[in-house]
Amino acid sequence: MLSTIQPPRYLSRFPLRGRTKSRSFHILSSAQPVTKTCFAADKSQILSIRDSLLNRHLSAVELTHSYLDRLKQTEPHINCFLHVSDPDKVLKQAQDIDDKIKRNEEVGPLAGVLVAIKDNICTADMPSTGGSYILEGYRPPFDATAVKRLKDLGAIVVGKTNLDEFGMGSTTEASAFKVTANPWDLSRVPGGSSGGSAASVSARQCVVSLGSDTGGSVRQPASFCGVVGLKPTYGRVSRFGLMAYASSLDVIGCFGSSVADTGILLHAISGHDSLDATSSKREVPDFTSQFTYASSLKSRPLEGLRVGLIRETVDAGVDSGVKSAIEGAAAHLEQLGCVLKEVSLPSFSLGLPAYYILASSESSSNLSRYDGVRYGNQASSDELNVLYEESRAKGFGSEVKMRILMGTYALSAGYYDAYYKRAQQVRTIIRKSFKAALDENDILISPAAPSAAYKIGEKKNDPLAMYAGDIMTVNVNLAGLPALVLPCGFVEGGAVGLPVGLQIIGAAFDEWCELPAKFAKHKCLLNGFFERNL
Amino acid sequence: MASTLFRTIQIHPFFLYPTALFSRRNGVLYCTMKSSQTQTATQEKQQPPKVKVPQHALKKTVDKITRDYEAIIGIETHVQLSTLTKAFCSCPYNYGSQPNTNICPICMGLPGALPVLNSKVIEFAVKLGLALNCKLSLNSKFDRKQYFYPDLPKGYQISQFDIPIATGGYVDLDLPLEFGGGHRKFGITRVHMEEDAGKLLHSGNGDYSQVDLNRAGVPLLEIVSEPDMRTGIEAAEYAAELQRVVRYLGISNGNMQEGSLRCDVNVSIRPVGQSEFGTKVEIKNLNSFSSINRAIDFEISRQALLHSQGQSDQIVQETRLWEEGAQKTVTMRKKEGLSDYRYFPEPNLPEVILTQEYVDSISNSLPELPEAKRRRYEKMGLSMQDVLFLANDMNVAEYFDETLSSGADIKLAANWIMGDIAAYMKNKKLSINDIKLTPQELAELIASIKSGTISGKIGKEILSELLAKGGTVKGLIEEKDLIQIADPVEIGKMIDKVISENPKQLEQYRSGKTKLQGFFAGQVMKLSKGKANPGLLNKILLEKLNGQS
Repeated sequence: MLSTIQPPRYLSRFPLRGRTKSRSFHILSSAQPVTKTCFAADKSQILSIRDSLLNRHLSAVELTHSYLDRLKQTEPHINCFLHVSDPDKVLKQAQDIDDKIKRNEEVGPLAGVLVAIKDNICTADMPSTGGSYILEGYRPPFDATAVKRLKDLGAIVVGKTNLDEFGMGSTTEASAFKVTANPWDLSRVPGGSSGGSAASVSARQCVVSLGSDTGGSVRQPASFCGVVGLKPTYGRVSRFGLMAYASSLDVIGCFGSSVADTGILLHAISGHDSLDATSSKREVPDFTSQFTYASSLKSRPLEGLRVGLIRETVDAGVDSGVKSAIEGAAAHLEQLGCVLKEVSLPSFSLGLPAYYILASSESSSNLSRYDGVRYGNQASSDELNVLYEESRAKGFGSEVKMRILMGTYALSAGYYDAYYKRAQQVRTIIRKSFKAALDENDILISPAAPSAAYKIGEKKNDPLAMYAGDIMTVNVNLAGLPALVLPCGFVEGGAVGLPVGLQIIGAAFDEWCELPAKFAKHKCLLNGFFERNL
Repeated sequence: MASTLFRTIQIHPFFLYPTALFSRRNGVLYCTMKSSQTQTATQEKQQPPKVKVPQHALKKTVDKITRDYEAIIGIETHVQLSTLTKAFCSCPYNYGSQPNTNICPICMGLPGALPVLNSKVIEFAVKLGLALNCKLSLNSKFDRKQYFYPDLPKGYQISQFDIPIATGGYVDLDLPLEFGGGHRKFGITRVHMEEDAGKLLHSGNGDYSQVDLNRAGVPLLEIVSEPDMRTGIEAAEYAAELQRVVRYLGISNGNMQEGSLRCDVNVSIRPVGQSEFGTKVEIKNLNSFSSINRAIDFEISRQALLHSQGQSDQIVQETRLWEEGAQKTVTMRKKEGLSDYRYFPEPNLPEVILTQEYVDSISNSLPELPEAKRRRYEKMGLSMQDVLFLANDMNVAEYFDETLSSGADIKLAANWIMGDIAAYMKNKKLSINDIKLTPQELAELIASIKSGTISGKIGKEILSELLAKGGTVKGLIEEKDLIQIADPVEIGKMIDKVISENPKQLEQYRSGKTKLQGFFAGQVMKLSKGKANPGLLNKILLEKLNGQS
């Protein structure tokens, strides 16, 4: 049964190994061939790990070993991690779980699940740099609420993943420390800013991972790396312990190899937190109880589900391969019984400039605390202003500096009304137009990115082109809505093709789990449809 | 120790161009800063030499010159709220704690930390807004005020910018009689909520500074006045009235020495009759009401002198520091244009939404405020001097009110409190809450004297015992057998005894030396152990001395 939780077979086809020919695709099928007992939810690695551990088919130590071996083997090529937990400590935690199981004691629902954490999320026992030189070696004295909740449920933190500095970027190239590669093609970017978290799940270095999403930083890398990425509703998950980039847009999101896994992970970290005044007091439904067996589904299980394809997202400027993958996915949804129609969001194109003004403005303020006075790297100087200037000039990378400058400009006296205030007005318009579209449709769909993963270095010197790549995702942050990205096809590229993600946008606090009862099952169906589509 | 240290810091001249030598020890908390300490002195030297005039002559001249100008004074006051915890985290704040002992990731501004508002801050702000007769904003919000300084851990201060919680109020006050008296009404522009910054502790030689973040995140209310004040004393009394109001409300200890109440004063002058304002100068480091008064008067004279010497261009927009030792203001920093704080709404905090019911419930729970108290006392027929004395301290006023509600005579109660009781408190350095005499017993004492049960003299005697040890008036009277003797027969007997024992003096009296009546009265009083009713005693004594007994 070890095979059930081993990194899936596609990794044996993983280009790293050099055996890039002859393979069949079961990207999200974590393990074995489909049997009668295999249900859509059992694509969940988390559930199968739990099953294996409780049935004594596998020990947590064995499981951990297999992941750590995988990590050791693949990491030099992909560079997902800025910090990997001490293997002895990780194995010790696994041993504790095994001991508990042996004594028939209760273990948490995430017992033995290896989780990678984006490095802008604070962890008490390891460095948290935000991908910035200014925080090199910084160890926070506390766990982020999301991390604390995962640990409380038995999850084991395997390491801290690479990112664009403080989340500012779409390629993970803006990290101060290393460049992460896309596991599907090592010459390509994994997306960003949560590139390390996406790539580590894609490469099966961990079971699931946490990222953060300010303008698409979970969804775009999920698309590029062929994994499931979930951006929750703003306020669903506590931001306490997430290094702020743009506070009104930031959310902690989930990566997994199945929708079920991201759902379980989301459930674990959701809920009100007294340490975050913007976290919602809404009750968190138990997403896992809504999973169901694939075999028990009728032929058109999504009968009547109203799906709106956002017209502006399949217009010019979108890669044709991406477009056809999305159209294929849309057609498949229709086959499953959905009522598909195109919807237009005229304000869609305004999202990008509004996003970059608001995000830069907030970041210029949020990053003020990195002044070299209390923590992080400090330039030595006899003069206060020089100390500030030098610490920040040396500590921040160019992308971060550019956004601080833009944000400072936009907030300056005399420009505030023209930029910040205007962008807020645009934000209100966007929020309203999404609300209207979601009143008429149950979900909205779009590509997660205009293209599949591009080459490392390709857009490094063309920030505007890189920013334009965020067009599909930023509106969702501005509206504060939840969105799920899951693989829906491939385009040519790399050795085996490059994954393309479908973005599904829901109404606020409807993370695909709170749909009316008759649609309750579609969450797991999305897995099935994905497989078929391949 | 710490308090001495902090006060020294405040008086220490601020550097104009701070230079820093930061070095962190043990990780996170300390940084050092070097300042070029001679800057202030240099600045002073650079000022054009003044005309040399003998000191007393100068004073006279300035007084005369000052009369030609009108001063415009506005005050920004920061009141530190006495909430149990800081504004946005659960750290306590205790003045004088060891540096960096009341801190946490939130008030240190660590990465990932978020503020969560302490709801008491809103409650206190609403209380003060109502007490200052302001209009409350039912929908307000927090903003970030951004600037870099080592005492500001986040690089921004959470404050309120364009929508303060309260606006457009006023404060009423009565000037003390020794300053001419009179009623004044000064406008309040706004009241807003914000957080305090930490403190820099400068080393003795100015080589470095250390950061103490204990105070960072402590809730403040900033109160901005209209430029309605014209003299130092008006400004000082405005500040004193704010102190009374916050103490009455119980939202702050209002202690200026500890920095719980801090006033920054803006002063400009203009020739009498001119309508446009002159260039305003800000004065900081005002640690007492009298320093507010003196600093303003000094500044008015300084500006008036410059005006009269045709050097009004020397009055520039700047921040000046009041130097208590030298009794003068000196340049702290000149303003180079307006600072741009790049305010924008704080995204981590939801809007502050007040319901009318909430405001009403707070409004209904407000105590009687100083102004209402003064007007009530005035209506009772007390003199303004008495009114100001009694209403000045909330506890004294409460004591007075309780004494009255126990049935005491208004004027007598006031006299006892302002006279013997105040003297006792002053002597023993006690507050009215420390004395053992309860208001009920004071009322009893007053009643006992008024009814003639005991004499006024005896009353004074047992007062000191009641103040120090407590107990009841009745108990003491009984215990010491102090009831006044008002029986004419008994008094007559004592007089007879005294007269018979002093035949010589009687002789002298009857031969015209009537002054000796005092001697006899004293002897009788002595015999009665002070208990004889003095009126009755004198009446009978006179009869007996003059009559043929």
